[in-house]
Amino acid sequence: MALDPLLLSRLQFAWVIAWHILLPALTIGLASYIALLEGVYFATGKEIWFRISRFWTRIFAIAFGMGVVSGVVMPFQFGTNWSRFSDATANIISPMLAYEGLTAFTLEAGFLGVLLFGRNLVPRWAHFFSAVMVAVGTLISTFWILVTNSWMQTPGGFRLEDGRFYPTSWMEIIFTASFPYRFMHSVAAFYVTTGFVVMGVAAYLLLRHKSVAEAKLMLSVTLWLMTALVPLQILLGDLHGLNTLQHQPAKLAAIEAHWNRETRAPLALFAIPDQKAETNHFAIEVPLTGSLILTHDVNGEVPGLKDFPRADRAPVAIPFFAFRIMVGVGLLMLVLVGAGTWLRFRRRLYDRPWFLRALMLASPLGFVAVIAGWTTTEVGRQPWSVYGVMRTAASVTPSLTGMDVLISLAGYIAAYCIMFPAGLWLVIRIVRAGVGTGAAPFGAGRPAQPVRPREGA
Amino acid sequence: MIFDFVPIWTLILGLAVFFYVLLDGFDLGVGILYNFASSTHARNLFMNSIAPVWDGNETWLVLGGLGLLAAFPLAFAIIIPAVYFPILVMLLALVFRGLAFEFRQRDREHRGFWDHGFGIGSTIATFAQGVVLGAFIQGFQVDGRHFTGGSLDCITPFSLFTGLALVFGYSLLGACWLILKMEDRLQTQARRHARLAFLGTLLAVGLVSLWTPLMDSDIAQRWFSWPNIAFLSSVPLLTAVLALLEWRAITDEKTQLKPFVYAVLLFSLSYLGIAISLWPMIVPHHYSLWQAASSPDTQIFLGVGTLFLLPVILIYTGWSYWVFRGKARGDIGYH
Repeated sequence: MALDPLLLSRLQFAWVIAWHILLPALTIGLASYIALLEGVYFATGKEIWFRISRFWTRIFAIAFGMGVVSGVVMPFQFGTNWSRFSDATANIISPMLAYEGLTAFTLEAGFLGVLLFGRNLVPRWAHFFSAVMVAVGTLISTFWILVTNSWMQTPGGFRLEDGRFYPTSWMEIIFTASFPYRFMHSVAAFYVTTGFVVMGVAAYLLLRHKSVAEAKLMLSVTLWLMTALVPLQILLGDLHGLNTLQHQPAKLAAIEAHWNRETRAPLALFAIPDQKAETNHFAIEVPLTGSLILTHDVNGEVPGLKDFPRADRAPVAIPFFAFRIMVGVGLLMLVLVGAGTWLRFRRRLYDRPWFLRALMLASPLGFVAVIAGWTTTEVGRQPWSVYGVMRTAASVTPSLTGMDVLISLAGYIAAYCIMFPAGLWLVIRIVRAGVGTGAAPFGAGRPAQPVRPREGA
Repeated sequence: MIFDFVPIWTLILGLAVFFYVLLDGFDLGVGILYNFASSTHARNLFMNSIAPVWDGNETWLVLGGLGLLAAFPLAFAIIIPAVYFPILVMLLALVFRGLAFEFRQRDREHRGFWDHGFGIGSTIATFAQGVVLGAFIQGFQVDGRHFTGGSLDCITPFSLFTGLALVFGYSLLGACWLILKMEDRLQTQARRHARLAFLGTLLAVGLVSLWTPLMDSDIAQRWFSWPNIAFLSSVPLLTAVLALLEWRAITDEKTQLKPFVYAVLLFSLSYLGIAISLWPMIVPHHYSLWQAASSPDTQIFLGVGTLFLLPVILIYTGWSYWVFRGKARGDIGYH
């Protein structure tokens, strides 16, 4: 079999971005959470907030470091493997990526050192300010990268000349049709992912009777946040779906495995989509629900894949299943949050082992949903790299051989197979060690001498 | 077009790449010297001297790459595929050295692995960057808007030599940083390393400066034709003066900052030398800066923001360096 540089390049991109996205999913949430903890500590001076913050900052440091090194890989992928895409779209997307670097990465990097190592060296307000700046940096980064991604999904504000994109309106390029929905849905996803990690860790500590006071506080605060965020996220997901129906009907038809355009469409809970025969096997369908969910009207008309030429259809099975995994995880999270709220109401939140164990098991759920959601939207975009305008097949670097890409893919697989298990193991070890005791350092500026006399002494 | 943004972008990108070379240069250099650190204590101090700033330093690599994509996308689309494997090797090496900052501290059972990851990773990443530089100076096989050569074309005696040269160069920067950050015995050792790295760098830069015009008649023409030679001979002359000053600064036990400053100036001159050789081409022999430029709208849209943001970035980067000023300490590590 001849090695196909296109397929291998796609696999490579999927591999490096799928692992990378797990880290922002955690660090974006954790950065905001740490800023919150530092803020409460700064305002109240209660040491428990400091201890929780210090604990999560340890985990944050590991995840952020991994995020940086796996993130540095990403922009180079555009050049090494997708040079024709880069050449064609650079006029549009490069400022977005460059602004991400200029506004976000530098902000994060500048204040991260102080957040991680500077507690003893700067006044308390400056340390809190650094935590806020790191959190803001992660959100700005999310903004620009999703601007770029949304433009690839629902491009706007450009004209084509000699097969290259030229900007006509920066506002239309930045605020494309799908951007607001994708941005809100993604940020909420990252917060929920982090929330379930925090709750899972708190549940573990409670089950082990370790750092109990801190664990209770973590669980309580986070459960409140999740009680608001999980339902909100489901609502945002629904809005995002409506937006996809309007702007990317072929993708939506693939997600739902709808072959024929129809009104009063059913919802397929399960099916084995058959791309060649243009039909589903073993379908389990709920009547009318497809139209109801997608158009909020049982008589609504939904598009079918047969509306589009075969060459313009995504590989149906992947977005179909990925979407169902994402929604399933979302519903499971809703059940867990509901159960938690009910237990809290009955004052039994911290002493029901079954619930704590369920939270522990649920801690990776957010990551599953993030990967599934990303797969849905990215595979659903195929066969286009810029939806409806530029094909993925026309985006790949022409000089690459299959062997080149096979070697590089093997390199990335080997490196990430060391990095990610090692990182996970370190995080587990930090969690096992517990939150830890010990008072906050003075944090009132750089000590002038190695040992400072006590104030007033 | 009302206003030509290309010279401004050339300057911005030139500065971004130069900042990267200096900033990640010294911390990669510390990583190279880490291979020769004599004790765990020394390794801890080496690491602590750059741990708070390495992430920011590496950000300039991303900014440089994205700046090239933004300002001169055609160059990006040709050059990056042409150096496919050096880039791959650099990225993988950077993965391991970047992880080592956190992991060697937390994962004490495998500290040896992460120590080697840091030392060897830094060395390999540096070497790969040097190969990219050499391949870039030599130029690429281009047809239309694409690189058409093979992925191993970039591996030549010249590019391997520039790889080695950069290892010496970054080691010099790293050693000078350590002179600044270390005390007593470790500073003395850093001075010894700085001397070796300096001699290696000087020799390598000298050889590359002879090799380049011999290899490329355009470059020879640029430097040796009249009246260019009258102006341009100042570059090697200044380099010679600086080299003397650098040697004296390294060997003078009383100065701590000067070796680093002179090393930076030496790097600036080498960088200027490369720029003089290649100007105005961004893909040597094929495309000039103007031909490879992105659309004027793109250059203006990003340029305005960049000119506003760069000073702000430099201010808080400076603040971060200020907070961590002074000698590296063993006790300000981990919370």
